[in-house]
Amino acid sequence: MNGIQSKIAHYKSLDAAEKKAYIKDSLINNALYILLIIAVIYTYTQNHRFLSSGSLINIVTLSAANLPIALGIAGCIVLTGTDLSAGRVVGITACITAALEQSTSYASKMFPEIGPVPVPIVILIVLLVGAVVGFVNGFFVAKFSLHPFIVTLATQLIVYGLLLIFLTINGNNGQPLSGLDEGFNGFVKGNIIPTIGNVTIPNYVIIAAVVAVIMWIVWNKTSFGKNMFAVGSNPDAANVSGVNVMKTIIGVHTLAGALYGLTGFIESSRIGSNSATTGQNYESDAIAACVIGGVSFVGGTGKISGIILGVFLLRIIFVAFTFLSIDQNMQYIIKGCIILIACSIDMRKYLVRK
Amino acid sequence: MAKDDVLLKMVDITKEFPGVKALDGVHLEVKRGTVHALMGENGAGKSTLMKCLFGMYRKDSGHIYLEGKEVNFGSSKEALENGVAMVHQELNQALKRNVMDNLWLGRFPKKALLIDEHKMYEDTKALFAQLGMDIDPRRTMSTLPVSQRQMLEIAKAVSYNAKVIVFDEPTSSLTEREVEHLFEIINNLKAQGCGIIYISHKMAEILRISDEVTVMRDGQWIATEPASELTTEKIIKLMVGRELGNQFPPKDNEPGEVSLEVDNLTAQYSLLKDVSFKVRKGEILGIAGLDGSGRTETLENIFGVATRKSGSIKLNGKECKNRNAGESIKNGFALLTEERRATGIFGILNIRENTVISSLGKYKGAIRLLNDAKMKKDTQDYIERLRTKTPTQETQIRSLSGGNQQKVILSRWLLTEPEVLLLDEPTRGIDVGAKYEIYQLIIDLAKQGKVVIMVSSEMPELLGVCDRIIVMSGGRLAGEVDAKNTTQEEIMTLAAKYV
Repeated sequence: MNGIQSKIAHYKSLDAAEKKAYIKDSLINNALYILLIIAVIYTYTQNHRFLSSGSLINIVTLSAANLPIALGIAGCIVLTGTDLSAGRVVGITACITAALEQSTSYASKMFPEIGPVPVPIVILIVLLVGAVVGFVNGFFVAKFSLHPFIVTLATQLIVYGLLLIFLTINGNNGQPLSGLDEGFNGFVKGNIIPTIGNVTIPNYVIIAAVVAVIMWIVWNKTSFGKNMFAVGSNPDAANVSGVNVMKTIIGVHTLAGALYGLTGFIESSRIGSNSATTGQNYESDAIAACVIGGVSFVGGTGKISGIILGVFLLRIIFVAFTFLSIDQNMQYIIKGCIILIACSIDMRKYLVRK
Repeated sequence: MAKDDVLLKMVDITKEFPGVKALDGVHLEVKRGTVHALMGENGAGKSTLMKCLFGMYRKDSGHIYLEGKEVNFGSSKEALENGVAMVHQELNQALKRNVMDNLWLGRFPKKALLIDEHKMYEDTKALFAQLGMDIDPRRTMSTLPVSQRQMLEIAKAVSYNAKVIVFDEPTSSLTEREVEHLFEIINNLKAQGCGIIYISHKMAEILRISDEVTVMRDGQWIATEPASELTTEKIIKLMVGRELGNQFPPKDNEPGEVSLEVDNLTAQYSLLKDVSFKVRKGEILGIAGLDGSGRTETLENIFGVATRKSGSIKLNGKECKNRNAGESIKNGFALLTEERRATGIFGILNIRENTVISSLGKYKGAIRLLNDAKMKKDTQDYIERLRTKTPTQETQIRSLSGGNQQKVILSRWLLTEPEVLLLDEPTRGIDVGAKYEIYQLIIDLAKQGKVVIMVSSEMPELLGVCDRIIVMSGGRLAGEVDAKNTTQEEIMTLAAKYV
């Protein structure tokens, strides 16, 4: 509240020309939100169901499913890096989850000799698989000072190859993995929060919320988080200040990998039929969400709340596409434009004004 | 042309930033064929004034006249095209490109559509010959020492046939010999009728090279006087607005028993060879030497941020491995680095984050989470103890002046409770008032029984603050002198021993 009051006081203290500049700046800095509001209103006038409770719940659940991957990739961006392997890690962990959770009654089960594996064990396995890939990414970035773009460009190929091999196990021949166990589906998609009216909140929304809280604590309340921002801001100074730069970089990537693993776990149930294309290009949406949410490639800045907002905004736009029946080809173009505008507005904040 | 013909005239320049009046009706008149020194503490508005001249900032009011014609440059490029050049303190060069690429960047000589490499090479050669510089135009920038890169910036300004050249702290990384060379160049430019604006903190230099001196304080014009009528004391008085009795605080630290022993320190990747010395508790040891003599390398090897080949470090009889900064901090060492911007500050992080980064371990609570309240309190303590001028703890450090940034970094190190402080150019680019405060702090730390090792290029500072001075030359220890009974000449002779 104080912040708003002081802003109003500041505004009142300006003269006419400065007021004009202030308003212009505010408009540009908030252009995304303004465009978003316009888009929401427009979509609503075209199709009233866009703001129905069912549609809103749909936006929330879709956002929740995409939150963990964005939270992971955000750490890499804070380090001025990126992670192109995120989507493929989601793919391989989704397929591993599906393979381990196929119901015994399903005819073409990949591992017929084992029943559905207990959920906690599967979660551990996907976290571990994701973390291993993340560790490899981080290790090469930190140890050999390679740019994360190069490292993850390479690892996403490797992971994709492994995923294709995995899908040929036991004569599966690359077929999608489906027929998932009811108990597992219940854990991810069921709802422990009772349905109120026609509003049902699936469990993975709760999972995403818990992950967001944990990540907020990691970023803001641990020395690992502080070190991450320091390394992202100035790695040389961090080194001299006694920060273990290598450990920090590896840690951030490993944590990111584990979060991709969790995303894969959720996706496997959400999608139901998992194939080699599961997770493809997820990283581009996640990176876009981070940038829209103010995690800058300048490094050293970003907030969890911003990432959550970014994921939501992007999702609202995607859902609006469907309501407006905009065709797929056009959607790509609009998405591209949004990313360009978001990045341009973001950079404005870090330019030294003259 | 007459000597008192005014070349550049800045009248009533005012510039306001939110909450601060950075410039308040400042005047400056630079006459043809003279060197005009611009002095003032950091934050006095010298840089802001120059930025207004070069169009990097838009002035709120006032007029600028070049040779009687009103000008209003929109960018430094426009200024350059009109004969107003600046030699920057901060080097912005393309390090991976070669010397001549950097020199002619933005105005490459062309033959049809292609760049005329041959002409570029010959032009560079001719320019260097004119200035008496000996650098291969094809050499890669990053292989040159900082001092030569600085000289190149000067050559660049000259190559534009500038009428007015601004030198911003040009000697901060030059060796004594290069400073002489620079002064020769400046005198040549003067003879050709150029007007020079010379910004520096070094009194001796100012008094020697300049014809007129303008002093600024808190964004205001204070005085313009002929250099011949000024003394160091007078200038300082004008700058700080009060008598500064002495440049250095009284030395009342008492060296105790030997605490730090460095034996045969040899570096793996730099020229440092067989450096041995001992320092007592409560003693301030100075390290003198030319640029590139291994002073910084000595500190970096002790602190473990450079790779050691051999040698041992003992603190109070206990061997310290110091393999990396983290280990060295645990062992009670602290290193204030030479290049504040590159290896000191986290620009976009705030004062608090910059202060606590090396001591996060202290703030871990029950489940390893950091205690915000305690971090806030400690940061506030150090802001008050070192009298750091900042609006809040949440202010980004990059918005503070150099002196205040340095205080924040010193706070960072004091917070680690070190026994040995390694200070590399602790007062570089800091104004006179803040310098005094830092000297006082160094002496106080010694009084508390800490070991202080201080590298500096400013000889009076070493003589004024240190107990003992070791002199480095060509990566080796050239000798040791007692700060009380030595002269600058003796130190210079030692510094040239292995060159």
